[in-house]
Amino acid sequence: MSVNEVVAGEPGGPAPAPTEAAARPPSSLGREALRRLVRTPMAVVGMALIAVFVLVAIFAPLIAPYSPTDNSWLDQVRPGQYPGPSAEHWLGIDPLGRDVFSRIIYGARQSLLIGVVALALGAVAGIALGVLAGAFGGWVDTVVMRFVDIMLSVPGLLFAIAVAAMLGQSLTSVMIAIAVVNVPIFARLLRGEMLGQRGADYVLAARSLGISRSAIVFRHVLPNSFTPVIVQGTLTLALAIVEAAGLAFLGLSGSDPSAPEWGRMLTDAQETLTSAPMLAIYPGLAIVLAALGFTLVGESLREALDPKFRR
Amino acid sequence: MSLLQVRDLEVHFPIKAGTLFQRTVGAVKAVDGVDLDVEAGTTFGLVGESGCGKSTLGRAIMRLTEPTKGSVTLDGQDILALSERKMRAVRRQFQMVFQDPMASLDPRQSVESMLTEPLRAHKFPGGSAAHAKRIRELLDVVGLPESVVNRYPHEFSGGQRQRLGIARALALNPSLIIADEPVSALDVSIQAQVINLLKELQERFSLTYVVIAHDLAVVRHISKTVAVMYLGGIVEQAPAADLYGQPLHPYTRALMSAVPVPDPNVEESRNRILLQGDLPSPANPPAGCRFHTRCPWKQAAKCDTERPALRELPLVAPGHKVACHYAEDILSGKLTPHEVRPEEVALTPAADDPGSIETTEAHVAGGLTPGGPPGAR
Repeated sequence: MSVNEVVAGEPGGPAPAPTEAAARPPSSLGREALRRLVRTPMAVVGMALIAVFVLVAIFAPLIAPYSPTDNSWLDQVRPGQYPGPSAEHWLGIDPLGRDVFSRIIYGARQSLLIGVVALALGAVAGIALGVLAGAFGGWVDTVVMRFVDIMLSVPGLLFAIAVAAMLGQSLTSVMIAIAVVNVPIFARLLRGEMLGQRGADYVLAARSLGISRSAIVFRHVLPNSFTPVIVQGTLTLALAIVEAAGLAFLGLSGSDPSAPEWGRMLTDAQETLTSAPMLAIYPGLAIVLAALGFTLVGESLREALDPKFRR
Repeated sequence: MSLLQVRDLEVHFPIKAGTLFQRTVGAVKAVDGVDLDVEAGTTFGLVGESGCGKSTLGRAIMRLTEPTKGSVTLDGQDILALSERKMRAVRRQFQMVFQDPMASLDPRQSVESMLTEPLRAHKFPGGSAAHAKRIRELLDVVGLPESVVNRYPHEFSGGQRQRLGIARALALNPSLIIADEPVSALDVSIQAQVINLLKELQERFSLTYVVIAHDLAVVRHISKTVAVMYLGGIVEQAPAADLYGQPLHPYTRALMSAVPVPDPNVEESRNRILLQGDLPSPANPPAGCRFHTRCPWKQAAKCDTERPALRELPLVAPGHKVACHYAEDILSGKLTPHEVRPEEVALTPAADDPGSIETTEAHVAGGLTPGGPPGAR
């Protein structure tokens, strides 16, 4: 560019006023992402699955025709012969004379409860560690991250089994076990993202404006680092449901064996797998669909929030 | 007395090695002994190719990158001696405008929140009503309509974003603004608008600027004094007209000869000095004069052993400072340029790190391209 061109410019000419500035409501990044999300078929399917799952869990007593522990149909059960689907029992009766459909419906409650609580515990602890490491850096970062690395070095399910076995058989221990597995994942993710954001120009700009360190971390760095954490959260919920089922399958779940739970239903169905394979397929399908719903939403969310698509 | 005074400023980034026990094995000398003075109300231009340390120098002056040595005096106050808390308060006196207006605005912050933040942080008097008034003033000053207050950075064009960046820098009524490549990320037509806006604001608020750029035309257009940086040090400093009219340092001569002349006849026939090789690594700078490895006027004595100081030449060019042992002889024509063979340049010790300490890009047309034919004037 030459000097002439510099001079040729309009002297401080005002930039053209953004058109339709008044007409269009301001759009934050979140709102834009949401708009993109509802336009993705994958996300809509996922959200529908989640909606069904959550509604079923909440309104289980209204939807299920019978109590999940009612075994009054025991007389219809013969060894090796379990009544299949019928008008009264949509999914048949299990070897202990209970209505399978009702058990699947109530099982959603258990899964959702474990999933949400485990996610909340794991995410909160992980985020706290991540913020600590990402905000301070230096030796704090080193200490926290080495600790996290140790946690990560143990295979997830094995770790959960160890924790569940250590804490004894209870629903709480299952939740804690699954939460513990997810702590390092959240911590690492957030710390890495914050470290990246800390070097960004807008952080430098905030520093040059004399804004305090804590305000920079909490008002700028953290909100801009949170996107992958939200995505990870949805995906973790799917994994937590699968892990809870896995722990239950291995016999590490609540102490009440008659409680309706998808994982335990799978274990029970194992004994009659040759004569009544459908008893394993129903809970298996329920686990897959619930996990699929969260996975689909998580993946679409990742795409919707991707900065590449920001315009 | 000058508003900004920098003395012997050094920014050395340690190079660490070792996996478990890290030890410092060297330093990237991004800024290596810089002195400069900026008079109040003037514009100080800083030019140099990519990787010469000009951005780091700007950040070091603002203490966004902590200098390892030297002093920075702003309005009589040594700011390197201040505690973090006191420093935060002093920051209102000098602000920065960044190269990439998208990256320098928080994508999640609306215009209102972005401009209120510094006002709150420095307890701008008058509460939220006064803050709102100040925001309207600022938007007006940079030529943006008031209706943009609720909008987010991604909704603006590049030029508008840079205006927002300038509005934010002005929020606290600073006396000094350091602009790091303020227009190089913008279209040429927008560059002119932003440059003119900066000039207009300077007159209106009697601002002092330090403008860092690789674009020689931009710097010449707005600066009173221009300094040329090479490999962490200032090699020449003079009033803009003198520097462009009569460059004394061999490096500056090469830079100037790279500027295309908008006349095809002149452009075809004029002599250009094409430098050989790349900028040496700031982790392992050449001994003596930093430029001797690529200098067409290099002499056998002194050049590779003694680092020349920035000195004024009172007899031949008053007010013109240059860091070259042989500046007078080169000017008088007593010394003539000789060929620099690429192999000689390649012999300079190359370190692992090719000096990737800076993000700005140099587009000085042609002249600094490695591998061109050895040129002579």
